[in-house]
Amino acid sequence: MMAKATAQAAGTAPAFYVTEEEHAHPGGSTMLGFWLYLMSDCLVFAVLFATYGVLGRNYAAGPSGADLFDLKLVAVNTAMLLFSSITYGFAMLAMDKGRQAAVQGWLVVTALFGLAFLGIELYEFAHLIHEGATPMRSAFLSSFFTLVGTHGLHVTFGLIWLAVLMTQVSKHGLIEANRRRLMCLSMFWHFLDVVWIGVFTFVYLMGVLK
Amino acid sequence: MSASQNQVEAHGGPNTGNHDGHDSHGAAHGSMRGYVTGFLLSVILTAIPFWLVMNDVLGNSTLTAIVIMLFAAVQIVVHMIYFLHMNGRSEGGWTMLALIFTIIIVAIALAGSLWVMYHLNTNMMPDPHRM
Amino acid sequence: MTSYPDWWKLLFGRFTLESIPYHEPILIGTFAVVALGGLALVALITRYKLWGYLWHDWFTSVDHKKIGIMYMILGVVMLLRGFADALMMRGQQAIAFAGNEGYLPPHHYDQIFTAHGVIMIFFVAMPFVTGLMNYVVPLQIGARDVAFPFLNNFSFWMTVGGAVLIMASLFIGEFAKVGWLAYPPLSGAAYSPGVGMDYYLWGLQIAGIGTTLSGVNLIATIVKMRAPGMDMMKMPVFTWTSLCTNVLIVATFPILAATLALLTLDRYVGTNFFTNDLGGNPMMYVNLIWIWGHPEVYILILPIFGVYSEVASTFCGKRLFGYASMVYATVVITILSYLVWLHHFFTMGSGASVNSFFGITTMIISIPTGAKIFNWLFTMYRGRIRFELPMMWLLAFMLTFVIGGMTGVMLAVPPADFVLHNSLFLIAHFHNVIIGGVVFGVFAGIAYWFPKAFGFKLDRFWGVLSFWFWVIGFYVAFMPLYILGLMGVTRRLSRFEDPSLQIWFVIAAIGAVLIALGIACFLIQIGVSILRREQLRDTTGDPWDGRTLEWATSSPPPAYNFAFTPIVHDLDAWADMKKRGYQRPLTGFRPIHMPKNTGAGVIIAGLATICGFALIWYIWWLAALSFIGVLAAVIIHTFNYDRDFHIPADEVVQAEDARTQLLGRA
Repeated sequence: MMAKATAQAAGTAPAFYVTEEEHAHPGGSTMLGFWLYLMSDCLVFAVLFATYGVLGRNYAAGPSGADLFDLKLVAVNTAMLLFSSITYGFAMLAMDKGRQAAVQGWLVVTALFGLAFLGIELYEFAHLIHEGATPMRSAFLSSFFTLVGTHGLHVTFGLIWLAVLMTQVSKHGLIEANRRRLMCLSMFWHFLDVVWIGVFTFVYLMGVLK
Repeated sequence: MSASQNQVEAHGGPNTGNHDGHDSHGAAHGSMRGYVTGFLLSVILTAIPFWLVMNDVLGNSTLTAIVIMLFAAVQIVVHMIYFLHMNGRSEGGWTMLALIFTIIIVAIALAGSLWVMYHLNTNMMPDPHRM
Repeated sequence: MTSYPDWWKLLFGRFTLESIPYHEPILIGTFAVVALGGLALVALITRYKLWGYLWHDWFTSVDHKKIGIMYMILGVVMLLRGFADALMMRGQQAIAFAGNEGYLPPHHYDQIFTAHGVIMIFFVAMPFVTGLMNYVVPLQIGARDVAFPFLNNFSFWMTVGGAVLIMASLFIGEFAKVGWLAYPPLSGAAYSPGVGMDYYLWGLQIAGIGTTLSGVNLIATIVKMRAPGMDMMKMPVFTWTSLCTNVLIVATFPILAATLALLTLDRYVGTNFFTNDLGGNPMMYVNLIWIWGHPEVYILILPIFGVYSEVASTFCGKRLFGYASMVYATVVITILSYLVWLHHFFTMGSGASVNSFFGITTMIISIPTGAKIFNWLFTMYRGRIRFELPMMWLLAFMLTFVIGGMTGVMLAVPPADFVLHNSLFLIAHFHNVIIGGVVFGVFAGIAYWFPKAFGFKLDRFWGVLSFWFWVIGFYVAFMPLYILGLMGVTRRLSRFEDPSLQIWFVIAAIGAVLIALGIACFLIQIGVSILRREQLRDTTGDPWDGRTLEWATSSPPPAYNFAFTPIVHDLDAWADMKKRGYQRPLTGFRPIHMPKNTGAGVIIAGLATICGFALIWYIWWLAALSFIGVLAAVIIHTFNYDRDFHIPADEVVQAEDARTQLLGRA
């Protein structure tokens, strides 16, 4: 109603279509779309956290978090992920300045920290399974392995993506499409760090509390 | 991104797509200062909860749990601001809106599941310590 | 059972020749019909050399209109399958009394009711709703395509992949026997060791990925690609409800995916999430699946509310009554739909406080829904109503849906629910809202937008016939179930002892036959309309005197939708343009930037489907291979930077001149 009134008050014949050259805008929605995907991923983790929250004390006479978790290892792992976050940030800053070699360098460093994180996590898992604390042992261990493992799986795919992107940057340079992709991976990478905050607090730290 | 489009988007208006779309998210990458601040804050906010738990500083596990959850919440906000560059303006406020909506849904799913299942266990399990 | 050598197991997993149900005459008969029909179709396509056309113009198309139409075709095909299941159940229940075992053995009957529910929700209602949104939303907001056209194509093929797996279970192995939501522990490895449950899990997982991605896609489209001037409160109601629906999709389908993944781990790895021992808790599954499940029913009904709103304002020739309240009601329903899930399992035993909370939230959600009904009524009030087919569906919906809504409020009262839980009353209730709401709305939408998509109206006679068969058939089929439910008959039973119940089941079966006639008339309607297309032709692009932007372009719209992006000044933009003397531009056309078709979506989704099939049958080498194939195909696809092209100005001029001539003739 308001709009109509204003238009009539203006009294001029309105334009009903865009006449000037419309600049095509490929990828204009990508950042929003990717953010929405991340939000949906949040819900996946929400289910895993809720499951851990409900089943996480069902030890079935098996080992508990206090028996199993090595907080020093978790602290090192947390550091790896945090370092990889800031080095990815440096890659983005280098990208803003258009310095391709620096971008690639920081991405390599990020990948190394990511690999270190994965290596430590796999070591932890192997150690637990070796001790008989397998995902099949109790609902607590099922939900623990699934939550932490799903995060690890995301890091794995992040690393594959990183490798692909580095190839593409070296092939085509820091063109707009590649910048957009680097920014998407940046969001993905930092998002995984945010999830990890939940994991180390809710699973590891609270797991060893009596 | 031109300033005028910034304004349109800030008011929740549709993206007309007429403006220069070269980089519609300029200035959203943060700065060296931002990343370093975020990193240092994160280190502190991570170290304190680990210290609290590993040395059993507070001597009360419920209190410790509440405190470390608060630290986690603060650190998540720090990451959101300094690493993910969340603010109310990017994408015309839609990313923030999506985030708030997601947080609400996550909170409902988490709190609801815990509440529902806790009551179920209390009512239906003959011996809660059976496990 | 003969034992198979190790190389066989390595090669074919747990697939054996006994997995083919050749001892089931019903299935063999069905297979023969499907195989003959399929062969005939393939022969016809080959005979008329249509493979290239189908591949280039349809399968690989990223055009949202073609993808929308393909979704609708998928929905119709799966409707036939799902409805065949319904007829078989009704037939069995009508005769299986007092010692008569009927014609369906229990293990077969259980597969049928599971398949019916899964197919009707995931592969009929969802494709219909997604198809309508895909087709209409970009046109309504004056966009040329969706935000991520390739993703759109990929999403569609993932949905098809899920449907293919479900259909494959009919002839290779078996389907789940656990009910449409597959509650554990029954659906766990201990009680359902066969492949049926795994068909269920992987079918839904693959289709669910497609649905989630299409949700992301449509949100981004609506948020970023609206025509200039169309601010949020000038969006057509259908676009609004689509936005809310897709928000629900993005925020709930991951919950389904994660929950099914946990059950999958229980079955494949031996974890203990939902088992009875070692600390597992089956009720956690029920809790999680309904956090997805309740919003899911709003995912189905919200866009349909949008359809009804468009139909109401168009065929009453006036602006929708209470546009703002309609929008707010939709948003409120979106959020409230997350606060009611426990009403699906009041009887689980969470106690009075939990049950009262969820009972009250459930009752509250009927308020915004009721407000919508009043909005449609007041839109009709003093309108110049044209009783075209979509309007008839709207009226049938309003009557039927109110009944379904009221029985829903009855079920929302926990003490009443304790009596009615899992009874046929519940079955009657949700068919009442899903058929009376979603299905009627889909038919309204098809009748309303068909001329837009194909350039000719649907035949009225057969449409009206289909309408009456559907509406009467619905009441005859489901009112008896309300009565039976109140008498205490529970769902999913394949035979009965008490002969006094039989008459109601016979009546319900007659109702199902009437609905079958309704479906037949719908198919005939499509066929007759195609044959009579010249008489039914609409050259204006605006056969109903529409009010929103999709009616501003030609029917069917050109690939680029709008030669010039429209500028919106008012809600009901097209009505406003007509009223204020809009002149269609005849000159000044320029090349139009469009996305390129790609076969990547078909290939990736096809590989994912093969991967799912291999996992179902424990064919590990094939699963690994096809999973690597999926990854490789995705990565290769990202190396393709050349994804769009320009439609040359000449072609635009040609298309627009043709339209000018058509309009001149009209």
